[in-house]
Amino acid sequence: MSKSLNLLAGTALAAGLIAGPAMAEKLGLGRAALPEEIAAWDVAVQPDGTGLPEGSGDVLTGEEVFADKCATCHGEFAEGLDSWPVLAGGEGTLKDRRPVKTIGSYWPYLSTVFDYVHRSMPFGSAQTVSVDETYAITAFLLYSNGLVEDDFVLTRDNFTEITLPNADGFYVDDRPETEYPLFSGAACMTDCGAEVKVTKRAVDLNVTPEDPDGRPAGTLPALTMAAAGTAAPAEAAASEAATEETATEETAAEEPAAEEAATETAAADPALVEAGQKVFKKCAACHKVGEGAKNATGPHLNGVVGRTAGTIEGFKYSKPMTDAGAGGLVWDADALTAYLENPKGFVKGTKMSFAGLKKEEDRAAIIAYLGTLAP
Amino acid sequence: MTDEPATKHVPGASRRKFLKGSAALGAGVIAAGTARAEGPDPLITEVQDWANAFGDAVDAAPYGTPIHFESHVVRRNVEWLTESPVSSINFTPIHALEGTITPQGCAFERHHSGAIELSKSDYRLMINGLVDTPLVFTFEDLTRFPRSSMVAFCECAANGGMEWGGAQLEGCQFTQGMIHNMEYVGVPLRVLLEEAGVKPEGKWVYAEGADASSNGRSIPMEKALDDVLVAFYANGEALRKEHGYPARLVVPGWEGNMWVKWVRRLGVYEHAVESREETSKYTDLMPDGRARKWTWVMDAKSVITSPSPQAPVRHGKGPLVITGLAWSGHGKIAKVDVSLDGGRNWQEARITGEAKPKALTRFHLDIDWDGSELLLQSRATDETGYVQPTKDALRAIRGLNNVYHNNGIQTWWLKSDGEVENVEVA
Repeated sequence: MSKSLNLLAGTALAAGLIAGPAMAEKLGLGRAALPEEIAAWDVAVQPDGTGLPEGSGDVLTGEEVFADKCATCHGEFAEGLDSWPVLAGGEGTLKDRRPVKTIGSYWPYLSTVFDYVHRSMPFGSAQTVSVDETYAITAFLLYSNGLVEDDFVLTRDNFTEITLPNADGFYVDDRPETEYPLFSGAACMTDCGAEVKVTKRAVDLNVTPEDPDGRPAGTLPALTMAAAGTAAPAEAAASEAATEETATEETAAEEPAAEEAATETAAADPALVEAGQKVFKKCAACHKVGEGAKNATGPHLNGVVGRTAGTIEGFKYSKPMTDAGAGGLVWDADALTAYLENPKGFVKGTKMSFAGLKKEEDRAAIIAYLGTLAP
Repeated sequence: MTDEPATKHVPGASRRKFLKGSAALGAGVIAAGTARAEGPDPLITEVQDWANAFGDAVDAAPYGTPIHFESHVVRRNVEWLTESPVSSINFTPIHALEGTITPQGCAFERHHSGAIELSKSDYRLMINGLVDTPLVFTFEDLTRFPRSSMVAFCECAANGGMEWGGAQLEGCQFTQGMIHNMEYVGVPLRVLLEEAGVKPEGKWVYAEGADASSNGRSIPMEKALDDVLVAFYANGEALRKEHGYPARLVVPGWEGNMWVKWVRRLGVYEHAVESREETSKYTDLMPDGRARKWTWVMDAKSVITSPSPQAPVRHGKGPLVITGLAWSGHGKIAKVDVSLDGGRNWQEARITGEAKPKALTRFHLDIDWDGSELLLQSRATDETGYVQPTKDALRAIRGLNNVYHNNGIQTWWLKSDGEVENVEVA
């Protein structure tokens, strides 16, 4: 019997492994799940089409929806921006040193695309893509991978006719046959080969996070130093952290006052700032804030309140955004309120693919929070 | 973004500079550490503050955190690994821990859409699909089922993935720290499935989380009925938010991605769903361009946690405790060998405490270090007779594009000054 079979042996073994009482009969706990509840939660789509909802979508619609909801991370052509996943291309690269694993080159099933987009995308706004939009995005991704023409319409009926190029590229774990026999048996204990030399050193790459003293982050401090009681590294680190905390608090308390002219609605109301910080989670995937924040998918937002639009150096804005800044648009409370309510309405052609904050209190909170971010 | 480990080249060489300049510093530290008392120790002869005045009153910390002297013992992130911290991973400080249980507060986190806040009152668990009665449980319902407990390691399939191409990160926190080991209490998944009544054609359980990623994974029915737990306690208390409060799956011995957090639905199906997490990710690309799938089991592995790059030897030569962890997704650890010369000669280490199946096992080897350079390695053998291979032995089969499931032997270069580097040898 192979190891894998051993591992998957039946419930007799299971009873032995779990140190718990055996269940003889049902306890009658829980209640029957209602059809509406099952429909709401069971949206899984399987390779044979099980779970596909009624609907359809075409490539051109998909291109529009993709540009609107997906392109800020995945790129207009599904090529992937920064390190966000590449969704198209990569054919014939799977044996290369740097394989490009995309829907066209690697994914075995189209159902996975539909299931994932519909259930978990866009990143940070899951479950906001409608069924037809999901069909359309899936059709567009087939098109961007060169698998269908631009007049293609994907429907529930023709879905399973599509076979992805790498459908046969997977096989079930064969370690029990190909590896375990090689790695089993009595291990050598003495004179197991020639003398060895160091061939690779991690320090040559120098990519490990570091403590201020240049050691790898988290290195245990010397006990002798701690015992001296003067410059105990642990205490120093603790007080440093405390200082930082204080600094953050001070910033939170003082900055809004400094920016009062720009953020009249955002007086230093700690509760509002805190609420804003929570709302900001919707933005954090693309916009970095805080000390040392860099531009990412969106520009960093340190000091955004009171800043002229489209002026962060090094960020590639849309032309309409740069133009708006050149035309005098300043991100004061009113401008931010309007922009956050309807980004594409306020700055037509903005790259920011964010539907907007519909609730007034969310907008007020986030502006209060943004006001605390020092430039 | 990608959750697959990458190689990163960053200009600058402060760490190298540090190591080159460390000989003198190291000697100084050793001198201080081994200095013999020249006179009475004032810590003994003088009355210290803590020996004559009060310490903290009870309730100074209604829920305590580690004393500030231990503030370096925290999870750490490697920022360049991922595009966004809400879909990312950090690492358990295993270099600073002993024994086998990982405190929840420093046990690594892996989120795909951030750690969500889900209260017990808002929690629902649905079982549907190929069952006699689709059911919905509240959290209170779960607490009324008979419970069982187990200690289990949870290891990310990508643990050690950054080391696949060669030694890259300095410290076992970063090279082997996508792992934790906790004592769980919860309801066997088998009990919940029996409550719903699995139909004969139900061969798979698809588990989904309540978070935005849902992180759905298909689990074969044999495993689901074997030792999987719907857990709500870890290490004696409620799960932490970052580990799936109020309920998560515990899938002993299998890759961490399957341990679905905030588990909200168990769909019983005839086939695997083939979700994004089990096709595009968590599959193992082989040299012929094809990929292994369903590589669920974490093979036997071990690492010396001290000495290691973040735990240098500061006390000089003489008695030295070598301590480390070993584990296997196939069962118990049978033995652990330690080499001081890069794998030419081995001696059996001492298993400290009980070796539990699919749980972290602590080993120790006490040596008299003569101060010479050592190439430290550990090698685990599990109860099936599987012996942890070298990284090169794995690469010979899997090539260089296979980042998951790196259970190869780790080498630490302990130098005469007590500093330790992550290296590979041949």
